[in-house]
Amino acid sequence: MDSLVKAKIKNIVGNDSYFDSDEDRLCYSYDGTPLYHQLPDAVIFPKDDDQISQIVKLANSAGFNIVPRGAGTGLSGGSIPVENSIALVMTRWNHILEVDRNNLTAWVEPGVVTGILQKEVEKFGLFYPPDPGSLNVCTIGGNVANNAGGLRGLKYGVTKNYVMGIEMVLPNGDLLKTGGKNYKDVAGYNLRDFIVGSEGTLGIITKILLKIIPKPARTITMTAYFNKLVNSAQTVSDIIAAQITPSMMEFLDNTTINCIEDYTKIGLPRNAEAMLLIEVDGKGSAVDEDAAIVQSIFRKNNASNVRITSIESEGLILKTARRSAFSALARRSPTTILEDATVPRSELSVMMEKVTEAARKFDVVIGNFGHAGDGNLHPTCLTDERDIKEIDKAHRAFEFIFNQAIKLGGTITGEHGTGLAKKQFLESVAGIPGIEMMKKIKTSIDENNVINPGKIFSISPRCEGSLPHRQEQIKDFH
Amino acid sequence: MQEFKPRKTLLGVLPDDDVLSQCIHCGMCLATCPTYDLTKLERSSPRGRIQLIKAVARGEMDLSKIFAEEMNFCLDCQACETACPAGVKYGLMVEAARVEVDNSDHISPVAKAIKKFALKVVVGSKRNLKIFSRLLYFYQNWGLKKILHTTGIINIFGKNLAEIDNLAPKVSRKFSDSFLPEHYQPKSETKYKTALLTGCLMNVMFADVNKDTHELLQKIGCKIYTPKDQVCCGSLHAHNGDFETAHKLAKQLIDVFSREEYDYLISNSAGCGAFMKEYAHIFKNDTQYAEHAKNLSSKVKDITEFLSEENPELIYKSVEQTATYHDACHLAHTQKIVNQPREVLNRVPGLKMIPLEESTWCCGSAGTYNIIQHETSMKILNRKMENIRNTGASTVITGNPGCIRQIEYGAERFNVRAEVVHPATLLNRIVKWKET
Repeated sequence: MDSLVKAKIKNIVGNDSYFDSDEDRLCYSYDGTPLYHQLPDAVIFPKDDDQISQIVKLANSAGFNIVPRGAGTGLSGGSIPVENSIALVMTRWNHILEVDRNNLTAWVEPGVVTGILQKEVEKFGLFYPPDPGSLNVCTIGGNVANNAGGLRGLKYGVTKNYVMGIEMVLPNGDLLKTGGKNYKDVAGYNLRDFIVGSEGTLGIITKILLKIIPKPARTITMTAYFNKLVNSAQTVSDIIAAQITPSMMEFLDNTTINCIEDYTKIGLPRNAEAMLLIEVDGKGSAVDEDAAIVQSIFRKNNASNVRITSIESEGLILKTARRSAFSALARRSPTTILEDATVPRSELSVMMEKVTEAARKFDVVIGNFGHAGDGNLHPTCLTDERDIKEIDKAHRAFEFIFNQAIKLGGTITGEHGTGLAKKQFLESVAGIPGIEMMKKIKTSIDENNVINPGKIFSISPRCEGSLPHRQEQIKDFH
Repeated sequence: MQEFKPRKTLLGVLPDDDVLSQCIHCGMCLATCPTYDLTKLERSSPRGRIQLIKAVARGEMDLSKIFAEEMNFCLDCQACETACPAGVKYGLMVEAARVEVDNSDHISPVAKAIKKFALKVVVGSKRNLKIFSRLLYFYQNWGLKKILHTTGIINIFGKNLAEIDNLAPKVSRKFSDSFLPEHYQPKSETKYKTALLTGCLMNVMFADVNKDTHELLQKIGCKIYTPKDQVCCGSLHAHNGDFETAHKLAKQLIDVFSREEYDYLISNSAGCGAFMKEYAHIFKNDTQYAEHAKNLSSKVKDITEFLSEENPELIYKSVEQTATYHDACHLAHTQKIVNQPREVLNRVPGLKMIPLEESTWCCGSAGTYNIIQHETSMKILNRKMENIRNTGASTVITGNPGCIRQIEYGAERFNVRAEVVHPATLLNRIVKWKET
């Protein structure tokens, strides 16, 4: 990027919001995704809609790319810079603008941290359920862009179920306002839901209206351990068949249990093959009835060490432990490649076996955990990016896992997004007509392909320039 | 980016490349970092700093002015280590990076000389520290300080100096090594055999806390060994990147404390306790010291840790008091001592403990941080004081001398009415002598 363009960008956002030192560029060359990184040419923190609009217009006329970014905790590479790009960071937009207790909605800026919003609305006895593992760090803007899920997806759904309105600067610099406080609204195309999960490829989100709900009166948290994987999977199936909808039904395998125990030291049994963390919530005695049925299903499937608590702080310790799973697995090895293959819930036990098979077949260590109630697993390969052969084996194992998931009627990603990491597999799920439609929408909105280009899919014939490479590809290239 | 020569010395301090590779840049640390919270810039976060250290160590980036600033902007509070599920040793990395920064030309020769003088000549020698402290005591108490401040003469040296002067802990009238006996033997039955670390700065600035700790141990029925010739534990030097002096002092201290038999080595300063627990690791390959170091580290207990685990029988006076507890970083994050002090304080009848919001968030004291990065430290302190104000407690209890002085200063500056005390001081006031 030439210095004249940089000067113009700096002029728009101001000296205090423009950074292009090698140090700052390095610090925005990655997100939470393993193996991918690329330096942006500059990093900016725009202050208002108007500045963003001016930057977007300049990108079109001067020919550079914009990669929007929140806290940078994504796991598919959605916020990793591309060639000839600036990182546009929204973390300073961190104000909750309004909590409307009459309509049960909240207007927030995209840089508001998910966990902080949850704490704020809880002060009013309200509840914002989506809870990705990184909730204490990640931002609502990133959650909306990736349609983030979390532990409570089973009963409460994911981010898309809570987005009522969006304001977004479009790739031509116009400000789009879509949705609002109406519970029903069918005027025209449903643009709002379409933007959710678009991974920052259609514009820069500047304001979000969220739905909030009353906080459940009571919650009962239960843990159980199993000597056989198949017993834990059967327990999950039995609970669903019993027509109980827990607010949470999490699965962890032996490797994950041990890594979490190393970190938290809360006394998880290290020799158990599988653990289930289940939560039921609601009002009055219905919660106890659900909990009693879950416990009888535990007994039927030979669960051991069953623990039950209705104390919030005790439940929180267990949930926090579960949320640390991905990072805790890094205790075993410096690189943890996490995927989120998802299958229809009835196929969960088959999928668990396929993950075990992949580990054996390709001779890699895979820790497995995930949202059992959603059929959303997080097989995590424990490897070392400095060892190219190991990384190659990991990629072949995941290719196998993805193919198996698709055969079972599943998908390549349940909640992390496609980004860069799963681009090559998208066609097998979305199909050619699906991808073509996505591309047409993208090119009609972003004519010059300047907003987060090269993510989800590539637009041809226009070349996006070199995209962030996986480590081993760079080494092969040299 | 152009290639630079790998910083061998940086890698030399770090055990191996694995330490650098362990961070998976998931970002779980961001929420707990006081400096990232202030700037919202990735380079002021643990994750960003690790990437910078990695790049400099591997020769992918030069050791620049920004790098130097960022390493010194970090409080080294290690809240990120508590938050890190992967167990990344951030403190180790940043302390190693500071050695590199100190050896670079981004630090002015004057600043280097002052730092070297303060650490090596003053704190490094027990005799010199006492002489300097005596001089400082005269300055603080014989009217000179008052004259300089009321006349405004001190402002000639810059406004910062005036503030720093106010922030400095008050030197104790009598140093604790002058009145604590080397050997104390209980008159009746010996319940525990202990030794007491009186520290370097604790000895001259917080002699009363040492006295309270000693008396409290007496009330419990402890035999107490308090060697007169104990030196600084070396933690100040290690945290400032002077490992040579740190290790020299540590060995001296190990020698002194290996002369007698005891089961617990009691510390009342979070930083010292944390560093002495590391001796075992530091000297694990030292043929002469490995065994002694391991032995000593295994006996080190913070006073609250000791009281919580041993739960000795104590008779309390009746009190009615509200208090709140602030976690010193070197207790909560380095030693993972969080529940023990609360347990001990909750046992006191009539002492109403009010939970402190963000109790494990640094107070901004951080060794000499409140002097060197004064402005930032005050922003962080302001946040702490607001949380303290919201508790409405009349007493703030915290287990580290640096935090005590910082929060005392914060109470004056931000007008919060609360007394700040060490847990040992509070307990010594409340615990009765046993009838003999």
